[in-house]
Amino acid sequence: MPEQLREEVILRAEGIRKYYPGTVALNGVDFAVHRGKVNVLVGENGAGKSTLMKILAGVETASEGKIFLRGEEVCFTSPTEAARAGIGIIYQEMNLFPNLSVSENIFMAREKVLKGVWIDHPAQKQFTADLMTRLKQDIDPGALVSALRIGQQQIVEIAKALAQEADILIMDEPTSALSTGEVEMLFEMIDELKANGVSIIYISHRLEELLQIGDTITVLRDGNLVTTESIKDIDLPWIVRQMVGGEAESVFSRENHQVGDLLLECKNLSLVREGGGYSVKDLSFTLQAGEILGIYGLMGAGRSELLEILMGVHPHAAGEIYLEGRKITGDTISERIRDGFALIPEDRQREGLVQTMSVAGNMTLASLFRLALKGIHLRKKDEDREVDALVREMSLKSAGTAVLVSSLSGGNQQKVVIGKSLLTRPKVLLMDEPTRGIDVAAKGEVFSIVNKLAQKGLGIILVTSEIIELRAISDRILVMSKGLLTGDFPREEATEEVLVEASAVGHMTTSLRSSR
Amino acid sequence: MKLHNQNLSVGMILMQARTFIALFILTIAFTVILSNRGINFLSPINLVTITKHVAITAILGIGMTFVILTGGIDLSVGSIVGLCGMIAGGLIHQGLVLNSLGITIFFQVWVIILITLALGILLGLANGVIITRFGVAPFIGTLGMMYIARGLANIRSGGATFPNLQGKEALGNTGFPFLGAGKILGLPVSIWILIVMLAAAIYVSKKTPLGRHIYAIGGNSRAARLSGVKVKRITLVVYAFSGFCAAVVGLIIASQLVAAHPATGETYELSAIAAVVLGGTSLSGGIGSVGGTIIGAFVMGILGDGLVMMGVSEFWQNVIKGVVIIAAVIFDQAQQKMKARSAIASVNLERKTGREEKTA
Repeated sequence: MPEQLREEVILRAEGIRKYYPGTVALNGVDFAVHRGKVNVLVGENGAGKSTLMKILAGVETASEGKIFLRGEEVCFTSPTEAARAGIGIIYQEMNLFPNLSVSENIFMAREKVLKGVWIDHPAQKQFTADLMTRLKQDIDPGALVSALRIGQQQIVEIAKALAQEADILIMDEPTSALSTGEVEMLFEMIDELKANGVSIIYISHRLEELLQIGDTITVLRDGNLVTTESIKDIDLPWIVRQMVGGEAESVFSRENHQVGDLLLECKNLSLVREGGGYSVKDLSFTLQAGEILGIYGLMGAGRSELLEILMGVHPHAAGEIYLEGRKITGDTISERIRDGFALIPEDRQREGLVQTMSVAGNMTLASLFRLALKGIHLRKKDEDREVDALVREMSLKSAGTAVLVSSLSGGNQQKVVIGKSLLTRPKVLLMDEPTRGIDVAAKGEVFSIVNKLAQKGLGIILVTSEIIELRAISDRILVMSKGLLTGDFPREEATEEVLVEASAVGHMTTSLRSSR
Repeated sequence: MKLHNQNLSVGMILMQARTFIALFILTIAFTVILSNRGINFLSPINLVTITKHVAITAILGIGMTFVILTGGIDLSVGSIVGLCGMIAGGLIHQGLVLNSLGITIFFQVWVIILITLALGILLGLANGVIITRFGVAPFIGTLGMMYIARGLANIRSGGATFPNLQGKEALGNTGFPFLGAGKILGLPVSIWILIVMLAAAIYVSKKTPLGRHIYAIGGNSRAARLSGVKVKRITLVVYAFSGFCAAVVGLIIASQLVAAHPATGETYELSAIAAVVLGGTSLSGGIGSVGGTIIGAFVMGILGDGLVMMGVSEFWQNVIKGVVIIAAVIFDQAQQKMKARSAIASVNLERKTGREEKTA
């Protein structure tokens, strides 16, 4: 650690370990927070960033290790205790009550009370209004949180932490849902907070913005501390190397495969969003056999919805789909599976796996129509034969296929989900963020599976927010923005700049404002 | 460390078989206690009697198990038992009265049985439609059906009992008591019905896509849907089957009593749920088995009959049954904790050996 940084450490964690059933989330991590600085924490999904933050904020307790706050050892058993000590956390998922007003949210569970009975709403609103003035935000304290834009909600979260006099603020992916303009606004606010001596712990996947906002950087990998550096000494490739362990090239390699005939043709796909507007609008594209088609876009661009339309999740979606020249008419998921579509959903836990079932039970779940004799009788040996072959092929690590799927690591769980879709014998494989939350080694394996499948002639549509991965694996990249197709680039032309630019089409009003 | 782990796993096996062990201990205890009073608890006659009692709860429990496996609940089965009994009893006792034509039709018994079973399925389907089509929570939807069916059962006879269901030779509708009192190969018909339904239910749950899909829906209905499971249709089937089971029980009871009373089946839904829970099926769905439910039903049955034979008052029987149900759930949770603890222990062990390898 650079010498000049050592003095102003306000919070220090030493040798933090955290075990969950089946996994080691943190394995002896040291972490220091410097006063009045933006302390950046990076790592792949599943590296243990969020767990570390939860421990610092008292949401979880460490299995081993010590935490020193202003030189004194502390042990938080609840978020309330941590908040009292001045540590505020702003979660990745918004933790606001949409049905309550801004000031009610800010004073949640710490209400100002008159005579021990009534909530002093005027005082709460005044305090909130003052706070908003300090943050230079124009948000009405009486407005319902549900009526605010996402960016404004984020600010309410920050205000909530500040109202508790937090001088250490943990921000877990604060920009993931923000538009460019809102990000600029957030950064201005962070500068303001720094000037006031607030220390910030900043977690983000958007590496460029880390270089812009951060002062120090700590890299975690698979629950281990990799290194801590001063931001001014490093650059973007350095971060990537540290995160993936210096094997970026090999992990994201693309093997040669032959792109074949036209496999899938989509014409004018549209999906009306609940409450008006379109999630996907007039989208047309084609996919060749053996082609890996990447789809890039910001959150809410309609990428997941596009995959869901193909999968038959939205029966009311409009447009025409032709698979191998034949028009697809069935609009239920089970018909689409039989047609040859398979989806690997974005949220593995909630949409991909049945946690109460075994590895084998999960893998065969979508293919029972094919495995059962006359559609009725399941023979164990038929199931075992296919499952075992797949387990070998994907080098899935598991204590047998009869164990509960929840006992596997994230990467192996993802292989189960992939295995489940492969057992349906798909022609088109739809993958939504297939590498989210799995370690680097498993990522590499997932990509090599994708490569192998492409070589076998499957058409693959891959959605991921990780631009490096996307560029490495795709033959062609489509860019979506606000439901529209805003870019279609062959591999050679898909530089990071053109992708980002195309993904911001339609967001122009906000980016113009920020460049003002 | 290793020894500790082994203790954990032995404990877990004991925990997993807890209902079976409870059943075993209960049987032994009653046998010993009652033999002191000169009663042979394990005599074939007594065992058949107990099984006849158990069959009522067990048949309802089979239907309830599937419902609970999907993460639902069916509070209406007791009332459907009552209503189906009344419909069958009415058709035998009064026949189908067509006022406009001024005639009364008497059906043969097998037709009446089919009509009654169809009615049970229909009421179950109605439950399913209310839940899947209108998005009513299963607890509320079937609670409503519980009142509706009970009300209809009373309306059918104005609250009166339909007696003398032997039927009349002249009307060609005799034979109904066979269901309740008849025997095949020395075993009562109701026990045969239980055996057949149990075998079918176990086959469906273990060996068919339908069974697998039921487990998947209860485990994670979103993931199931994305895997092509027709969640709504299967939920419908499950509630319809529960209604069918209730109709079967309604027929058996009416036949055993040779009479149909509109209050028949009150609180049966609760006994069925108790049997399912005792059998280790999770109320949140996805985990459990039909076999477990049968064991659970036997625990309740043997407890009930044993206490009766010991002369324990009905009031105390209820207290004891309540304690047993709560104890079962507490054990269940202890088992979950134990599982989590052993998982952590194995991680720690893995880590430790990993470190040792590194240092070596």
